[in-house]
Amino acid sequence: MKKLLLPALLSALLAACSSTGTDATGAKVEDRTGAGAGVATVTTPGMSGSGIAALTDPNNILSKRSVYFDYDSFVIKSEGKALIEAHARFLVQNPQMKVLLQGNTDERGSREYNLALGQKRADAVRQALSLLGAKESQIESVSLGEEKPRCTDASEACYAQNRRGDILYSGEF
Amino acid sequence: MAIIDNIVVHHVMTKILASFRMLLAGALACIAFGAHAQLSIEITGAGASRFPVIIPVFENESSLPRGISDVVRADLERSGLFSLVDIGPLPLPESRVPDLAAMRGRGADAVLSASLLPQSDGRYEVRFRLFDTQKQVELGAMSLRMAPAQNRLTGHRIADFVYEKLTGLPGYFATRIAYVVKSGARYELQIADADGMNAQAALVSREPIISPAWSPNGQRLAYVSFEAKKPIIYIHTLATGQRQVVANFKGSNSAPTWSPDGGQLAVVLTKDGQSQLYVLNADGSGVHRLASSAGIDTEPAWSPDGQWIYFTSDRGGSPQIYRIPASGGNAQRVTFEGSYNVTPRPSADGKLLAFITRSNGKFQVAVNDLASRQTTILTDSARDESPSFAPNGRMILYATETGGRGVLAAVSSDGRVKQRLSVQAADVREPAWGPLQR
Repeated sequence: MKKLLLPALLSALLAACSSTGTDATGAKVEDRTGAGAGVATVTTPGMSGSGIAALTDPNNILSKRSVYFDYDSFVIKSEGKALIEAHARFLVQNPQMKVLLQGNTDERGSREYNLALGQKRADAVRQALSLLGAKESQIESVSLGEEKPRCTDASEACYAQNRRGDILYSGEF
Repeated sequence: MAIIDNIVVHHVMTKILASFRMLLAGALACIAFGAHAQLSIEITGAGASRFPVIIPVFENESSLPRGISDVVRADLERSGLFSLVDIGPLPLPESRVPDLAAMRGRGADAVLSASLLPQSDGRYEVRFRLFDTQKQVELGAMSLRMAPAQNRLTGHRIADFVYEKLTGLPGYFATRIAYVVKSGARYELQIADADGMNAQAALVSREPIISPAWSPNGQRLAYVSFEAKKPIIYIHTLATGQRQVVANFKGSNSAPTWSPDGGQLAVVLTKDGQSQLYVLNADGSGVHRLASSAGIDTEPAWSPDGQWIYFTSDRGGSPQIYRIPASGGNAQRVTFEGSYNVTPRPSADGKLLAFITRSNGKFQVAVNDLASRQTTILTDSARDESPSFAPNGRMILYATETGGRGVLAAVSSDGRVKQRLSVQAADVREPAWGPLQR
């Protein structure tokens, strides 16, 4: 199942990512709305097609996958709450879906200690989803520590982008 | 017997200005892996008083495709403990005692005599003797056999011999180091000789690799790879490239470290909640929890006698170093100064503990004398990580940052000798110094 879904989702994600650019023929990628999101995913057995589309539709909150944390903090900020609630609702409505929660930290300090701190962020997201009704069997929380920064400048603005938890759905990991 | 007294480890921080810089690696032949993989080593500080030695060209050395005496010289010089007295291209054959008074007159306190004897099978016998020019006595003699292509390894072994005879400590030149090179989105776990030569990739991945740990016999590495989008612990046999997953539980699996007998690993798992310490057999079986705390426990490291496991924990509110009996029991706090002390790594004799401390916002390599409990900060850099002792406890290899780029550096455990190892146009991190090769 994973194997079937992966290429489709990847192309969907790529289409979503590159929506500000143009493709090789010069046509605007955003003109191809839906083409990426619709690719093959609906044919995957056991999957809800509308569910998958929702996950990658830029207008749907489910396409937002990151929650941010303050320095040395493991508490989901209030601006992340709506996003968590939407994903929890989606997991309740789609019990066959699973998520991998990846916790991340900024780059300061020991890599292994940061891995442990990132785990606390992933666990904060897991507990929130769980409280809102998602099943433990649907969720795995792991840490990437400081290893996958979204931003690599040594600045506070950059560090803030790296102190986050990411939500990945089946087929995306 | 040690005849250099002034290098006995004493915990006085002596800052050596970078008054001399010597690029050693440039002239040496190298087997590069990839475009930018070669480590070059720069000496940025040396012992205050260095022991003058003569390492002459070996008799018959010109019959080798690549030199051997330059390998010995580079090793000794890089240690920061020796200065080399140049006597030109004349060999001092091993079969005759050199004119020790004349050598002393040139300023050398010790002199090596060495010859290469070609064998009928194409190999060479290398014979060498070391003399003390002051006492006018022979300090030792040895003979090694080598294929012509083994010039570097043989040179390292001869340097180890000279180092041990003159310092009383085992040498560390014939050892290997592991580290991770990141260039763009490519991660390589590389293995190189201790002088940075012969770098080879053991693993290439599009995802991060961290925390390489050498098995006590030097044949395997445990490490954490993120290739499956989560941290999983693998054991990798270097000679065959065979890999085995040893810990892939739900959640994160990280910070592997070997027991001194090589039979077990201490690891950090989150399968039961927060990051906690577990012990399992090296085949992945028999996992059991070592300790329970309400906070984070991570970065375990066995004491060389197998009795203790040092680790980092924030159970007291800030990350500090603790130790716990390897069989389980009550944890004891080891570090008390400052609010960030992490990554404990004991020396092979169990007397010193290297770790990273945060001081005035800088992350620096520190060493704690476990008997006197005195801590000394050894570096003046700001982004130090992952300290790792040479097998003889004299040098500590670590990762740091220069100009926004990860480099490896080494500092002697008395803070006097400093080196930097870097790879052009790539980030180098996560060093681990391998054991003595038996």
